[in-house]
Amino acid sequence: MNPLLPLFVVTPLAGAFLIMIIGRFIKEFNKYFASLILLFLACLSLYFLFITGENVSVYKVGGWEPIDKIPIGIYIVMDGFTAIVVCIINIVGFLSAFYSISYMKRYTAENYYYALFCLMIAGMNGVVISGDLFNIFVFLEISVISAYALVAFGVEKNELEASFKYQVLGGIASFLILFGIGFIYWKAKTLNIADIKEAFSTGYDRTYFLFVQILILSGFGLKAAIMPFHAWLPDAHSSAPSPISAMLSGVLIKAVGIYVIIRLFFNMFPISGGMSILITTLGTLSMVTGVFLAIGQWDIKRLLAYHSISQMGYVVLSVGIGMMIISKGGSKEIAALAITGGIFHLINHAAFKGLLFLNAGSIEYTIGTRDLKEMGGLAKSMPATSATSLIASLSISGIPPFNGFFSKLIIIIAAIMAHYYFLALLAVIVSIITLASFMKFQRYAFFNKKDDKNERRIKEVPFPMVFSMIIMSILCILLSLLVIPQIRDVVLSPAIDILMDPSKYTSIIIGQ
Amino acid sequence: MIAYIMCFILFLVGLYGVITRRNLVKIAVSLSIMEISTFLFFALIGYIDGGVAPIVDPADPVKTYVDPLPQALVLTAIVIGLATTAMLMAIIIRLYRKYGTFDIREIKNLRG
Repeated sequence: MNPLLPLFVVTPLAGAFLIMIIGRFIKEFNKYFASLILLFLACLSLYFLFITGENVSVYKVGGWEPIDKIPIGIYIVMDGFTAIVVCIINIVGFLSAFYSISYMKRYTAENYYYALFCLMIAGMNGVVISGDLFNIFVFLEISVISAYALVAFGVEKNELEASFKYQVLGGIASFLILFGIGFIYWKAKTLNIADIKEAFSTGYDRTYFLFVQILILSGFGLKAAIMPFHAWLPDAHSSAPSPISAMLSGVLIKAVGIYVIIRLFFNMFPISGGMSILITTLGTLSMVTGVFLAIGQWDIKRLLAYHSISQMGYVVLSVGIGMMIISKGGSKEIAALAITGGIFHLINHAAFKGLLFLNAGSIEYTIGTRDLKEMGGLAKSMPATSATSLIASLSISGIPPFNGFFSKLIIIIAAIMAHYYFLALLAVIVSIITLASFMKFQRYAFFNKKDDKNERRIKEVPFPMVFSMIIMSILCILLSLLVIPQIRDVVLSPAIDILMDPSKYTSIIIGQ
Repeated sequence: MIAYIMCFILFLVGLYGVITRRNLVKIAVSLSIMEISTFLFFALIGYIDGGVAPIVDPADPVKTYVDPLPQALVLTAIVIGLATTAMLMAIIIRLYRKYGTFDIREIKNLRG
């Protein structure tokens, strides 16, 4: 029972409240306070990443102890996988908030912006640390409602239209999830994830479970923008202010979408062959189609948004491969390797896609357009933006010393070892097309035209923006260290263990 | 059983409305219909035939009570539903001010 655990939700909620109250009287309070809160949360999440490891900490809200080993209170769980995702949320959140200090000067109503930002962080942290199905739904709604408002923050035609589309699809997703939760509760008579697992392990009605799994997968798949449900993502992610795009693309679709899918399908449902094939297919589909839709885009943020679909496809694909191996009773090592690749790529994607959206924001901030055709020759006048975006582009396309290479390599090796040669081939091809697409981005944005005299008087962006981008690019390089076995054992292995062994998760939570 | 089927039909009615209606407000209303069908479903799964309200009576401890948890869940979900509907309506009002119409066919700046 670790008393620091609820701070992940309490601090940003209190922050949102205080920003609205005190921000009215003290100017400039909002931006520094929000950054401070996020910095605190980032430190706290790093602390939890180091202390968690193999030992899972559980916090029971209100101190309701289980009766006869049946959990009755609301549980907050921090295990290896949670610790990783919490780290992603709060570190990317801090850098985006710090970036916003300069970027949001062009907008009015900054108080609302920072309050909504804190609410979104609170919701995502809540989803990730919650050990209770209905709590996941509540926190998910908190984070997506703030995301709806933040997407529409510019209140221009495009922003409102994107937000409307996002809300309608997000609403349908919420009801599907709610239906799924209802069906689970009907059968299991409990909402605690570990307890549901226990209840499911005795009675096994195939069709019923299939129905529930499809409901849950389509609900969270809509939130995660997996292929057939992707239509809202390019609009919403490209219309939001850039730090928010970085948050949405880098964190939100993972925290409320992919994370929950992985958690529920590994730790709650019994792994079945049919579902694992379905998940792999969806992953492959979004990986391939996402990149083909991206390559024709001329709006930088739309291009990046389509790449998010494609890169999330990699994560879903590798997790699906892991599930297929487990359901067939294949080698545990290969399954663990596939899941490692997926989670590693999830971490890396947060770093490089967050950075790319911040770069896009910087370009938009200086020259006021998102159209690639109107850019060019920015390499000289914006050295920091150019250098960091080069690092991010090489990372996302999988060029050796950077992090994206190692995670893609692990995914491809796992696919080959599991004898899914076709999937491995597709992953390589998609990686090459990604490289082509980012070559286009680099060429049109930073090189192409010669602008030696700097006629447009373009200056580098202010310090907070440069700082965030440089820290993100350092993260892009440092994260490749996760491939070293000693570091991997500390960070990634606890997450893989808890996913591979659902009975361990159950026994820890019920046992405490 | 018939109640469950009705509830599912209500959900499908809402979904049909979301897909086919062209008016922004009608889409919002259809979403509300879907929402209400989920609430009904939650109320139904907690219902036990002959059960009474779950207030424990010390004099008669063996009474049949309906399951109180889904009711609590529905209350939470209604509050969340209120927030989403309010948000959606606010966006619709803003859209109307920008475009001067509720017709979704004329609101199509974003594509491709």
